[in-house]
Amino acid sequence: MLLIPCPWCGPRDECEFRYGGQSHIAHPAAPASLTDAEWADYLFFRDNPEGLFTERWFHAAGCRRWCDVVRHTADYRVLTSAPCQGGPSGGGEW
Amino acid sequence: MTPDHRQTGRLWRSPEPRAGYDAVIVGSGGHGLATAYYLAAEHGMADIAVLERSWLAGGNMARNTAIIRSNYLWPASAAIYEHALRLWEGLEEELGRDLHFSRRGVLNLAQSTHEVRESVRRVDADLLSGIDAEWLEPEQVAELVPILDTGPHVRHPVLGATYQPRAGIADHDLVAWAFAAEADRLGVDLIQDCEVTGFLRDGDRVTGVRTSRGDIEAPRVGLCAAGRTSRLAAELGLRLPLQSHPLQALVSQLLEPVLDTVVMSSATHVYVSQAPKGELVLGAGIDAYNGYGQRGSFRTVEDQVAAAVELYPVFAHADVVRTWAGIVDVTPDASPVIGPTPVEGVYLNCGWGTGGYKATPGAGQVFADTIARGRAHPLAEPFGLDRFGTGALVDEHGAAAVAH
Repeated sequence: MLLIPCPWCGPRDECEFRYGGQSHIAHPAAPASLTDAEWADYLFFRDNPEGLFTERWFHAAGCRRWCDVVRHTADYRVLTSAPCQGGPSGGGEW
Repeated sequence: MTPDHRQTGRLWRSPEPRAGYDAVIVGSGGHGLATAYYLAAEHGMADIAVLERSWLAGGNMARNTAIIRSNYLWPASAAIYEHALRLWEGLEEELGRDLHFSRRGVLNLAQSTHEVRESVRRVDADLLSGIDAEWLEPEQVAELVPILDTGPHVRHPVLGATYQPRAGIADHDLVAWAFAAEADRLGVDLIQDCEVTGFLRDGDRVTGVRTSRGDIEAPRVGLCAAGRTSRLAAELGLRLPLQSHPLQALVSQLLEPVLDTVVMSSATHVYVSQAPKGELVLGAGIDAYNGYGQRGSFRTVEDQVAAAVELYPVFAHADVVRTWAGIVDVTPDASPVIGPTPVEGVYLNCGWGTGGYKATPGAGQVFADTIARGRAHPLAEPFGLDRFGTGALVDEHGAAAVAH
């Protein structure tokens, strides 16, 4: 069970959250000018490291705000948590 | 080859890796072993090594729920899974071993009006694809599965189910060992404790692999590494549309026979069968987060058991004896990636997500053909890496039966 430190509510049980995948995926500034490969990269390709991963969690059953969490994907240690920089950028469930 | 090892009662030799092979398969799960077997049996390529970082078939092949079915929605998926099912039907004969293959049927429950529509649509699609499929009303479901609570008071009431009578289960260890033994008999080197750490290249062409036991040359390398594929591909500078997730399952103690078919519930993320020895085998949906830890969160087990007890009240008497997790590689469309890569000589078989076991012989035969001929097998063509650029996805989330 993960204990996720919500920046606003403190450490809370994982079951209160929804997962939002990799953080800091910016929506393209000029989507119409992207090539198919660049659009595919934006839509479908994400980092998948075995190690530290910066990912978004949504505190669905709490303050209903997003945070960026740094977590280790092999031993599942949660290192840090902070409000999302610039807010959510799409791709997650609301 | 002198089969000396047979006199020792061993199923396969454990040879030292040689300096080079015609082809190297990375990963000795079901897909890797099947690929090696079909390369040797059908393409005359016996100069092959299967490289395994740990022990043979100890990853997802040892951690699945053994379910086999082919009732997928889209023609591309139906074709490759049905190809696999047909191979399953003759596999005990082909490999000359008992695999405890049991054609006991599978029901996919529909528990909302939306699921009813999707399910009826999938039955119609399957019939058009030549796959056995039936729509069952709740009374028919109750007749097939008397322990299932089909009453209206259930939180997600059973409104019907799709039924594939030819589906079933097979013993995953026996399947792995049979492919391993037959591949070994045909001359394939199965090398355990040999982790691939990188690749040897000549420009855009692969010439071999770097391993924890030294470099091994090979002009063709097939990746069958499931949840670890992204890591390997990164060594090639190849970025893949994969996310690795824990997928959990559990077993109960040995019980009297209460369930003689396989029942899956997408709405509540629980699927169950009863193994021949008597234990209930329950699978869950993936844990939502990325993970390589071969373990997931207890909340997934809790949700899965709560759902199972509501659907099958008699399960309240059972105990959870053991839980485990594999690492599954999930694509955005819940369909596999099979075929060549931008690096000449490197072939991908990955992205099977939660559905890889049932495809084992089909994936192996199709992938072997792809490697031997240097182009995607016709059944693999829709599953190329390029589909994420063209947008021609094979969206199987509805038929995957497990939440992705």
